[in-house]
Amino acid sequence: MIGKTIAELASALRSREISSVELTQEYLKRINAANSSLNAFITVCGDQALEQAKSADAALAAGNTNPVCGIPLAHKDIFCSKGIATTCGSKMLENFISPYNATVVENFNRAGAVTLGKTNMDEFAMGSSNETSYFGPVKNPWNLSCVPGGSSGGSAAAVAAELCVMATGTDTGGSIRQPAAFCGVTGFKPSYGRISRWGMIAFASSLDQAGPICKSAEDAALMMNVMAGLDSKDSTSVDLSVPDYSGTLSQPLEGLRIGLPRQHFAEGLAPDIDQVVRQALGEFEKMGAQLIDIDLPNNHLSVSAYYVVAPAEASANLSRYDGVRYGYRCNEPVDLEDMYKRSRSEGFGDEVKRRILVGTYALSAGFYDAYYRKAQQIRRLIKQDFLTAFEQVDVIIGPTSPHTAFEFGSKSDPVSMYLEDIYTIAVNLAGLPGISIPAGFSSGMPVGMQIVAGDFEEARILNVAHQFQQVTDWHRRTPDSITHKVSED
Amino acid sequence: MALDKAEVEKIAQLARLHVTEGEIETVAERISDILDLIDQMQAVDTDGVEPLSHPLDAVQRLRVDTITETDQREALQTIAPSTENGLYLVPKVIE
Repeated sequence: MIGKTIAELASALRSREISSVELTQEYLKRINAANSSLNAFITVCGDQALEQAKSADAALAAGNTNPVCGIPLAHKDIFCSKGIATTCGSKMLENFISPYNATVVENFNRAGAVTLGKTNMDEFAMGSSNETSYFGPVKNPWNLSCVPGGSSGGSAAAVAAELCVMATGTDTGGSIRQPAAFCGVTGFKPSYGRISRWGMIAFASSLDQAGPICKSAEDAALMMNVMAGLDSKDSTSVDLSVPDYSGTLSQPLEGLRIGLPRQHFAEGLAPDIDQVVRQALGEFEKMGAQLIDIDLPNNHLSVSAYYVVAPAEASANLSRYDGVRYGYRCNEPVDLEDMYKRSRSEGFGDEVKRRILVGTYALSAGFYDAYYRKAQQIRRLIKQDFLTAFEQVDVIIGPTSPHTAFEFGSKSDPVSMYLEDIYTIAVNLAGLPGISIPAGFSSGMPVGMQIVAGDFEEARILNVAHQFQQVTDWHRRTPDSITHKVSED
Repeated sequence: MALDKAEVEKIAQLARLHVTEGEIETVAERISDILDLIDQMQAVDTDGVEPLSHPLDAVQRLRVDTITETDQREALQTIAPSTENGLYLVPKVIE
């Protein structure tokens, strides 16, 4: 069963080859064997999972047709899950049990999917390596001394190590796409507003977006069908009907115009990544697509603009963590000021505090215009660059990350970590959809390729990615170390 | 752009974060590094460019002003650090 696609598992469940309970037990066994070395899960909810699996089996027997019914999944620990801890990778929410489900969680529950547990992540989604989690780092299943990427490192590692066939993630500056690239899986960030943010712990409200992490565009389409849609509880979710993303996967790519941003293939990109991505692009040419050089002239400003906008919004969003109504409260506060300061300083890790301080500075009197307003102007220029490019091309393709997964501790300087997201960040600033799919390997480590399209062109991206995955098998590769370890038991 | 100790203390106060004497210098250095990154923006002319706060320039969706939420105070307060009679308890605020 392990290694099957979501559609194949759905078929196996309906033909009674396996039951949801058996499938769930198999994944729980794998998680149990691997989690001490990978640390991909913060919480595993075995009992609840088996209860859900039993209900799913009954639904399947009664003729349920939902493709994800009975299929086990993992949720990034940023999605509120009723009755199960939602920690956001932080001491601040270590014991936080949400009284309600995020819409993303509710959607999967209603569809009959089975929640295996909550995955590890960089604290409050702030990071690109899953090294800032209060619950310890996640290891990359392809090389345990390397990071899985972040902030959705746990979800990406879990899918890569086949501890679940699908997982949810969130992406504010690249946090789905970059770990997907580092772990050799498929990670998709749809357009801003496509998926509801209700119950998704907020980091930067104008950038955050949920998305699927799985093994293929075909599986991502099935997940998108469950996740996407208008939600009256999220006033930034868009009132656009959800197409059947599975229905347009196989459209031929003859005549597709692919833009290659000069800025994404320039200095800073490791030569081996350049080579792998260009080779992958050759597959598109064989399918009749046209490669066209384009410019995204303001791309170099994206990291700067992001590191004003995101921390500024984070400083506002994280002001709710004050020890009053939920979350960590310090011991024996002497007065209210002390309670606020110590709860926050003891509850938050260093990177979170750093970003709150930067954000507070950027928004403070006298600096708002120079920083926040300026960044929002740069943001418009960046979006403009994409809109201009999309007049000439249908999709934009390039490397997801400047190099493959790096070793733990190798990026101790925060700014060097921030530059990891140089190809992904602009996509969030512009609110556009972007996917990372496996494009090859370099020295045994996965290389990811990013495909970006215009507003609400999710179907187009999934189609382009799927067609690539029909003529290549990078997305089917699995890391040996973990697979062998789990099979030994 | 370098931050001095007084500025760090000021923003820490605004953010209700406690930065110890021992930490202040490192924090100031780290933040100054980030500000150097951000300063790259200043080199670009953005005169006349309208700020983009929402990727689609969307406006807040409105709805009819009728009550749709129910009172869930009890359920929401089960996870509070300290409550009494439906109120959240904190250290004394008023002398």
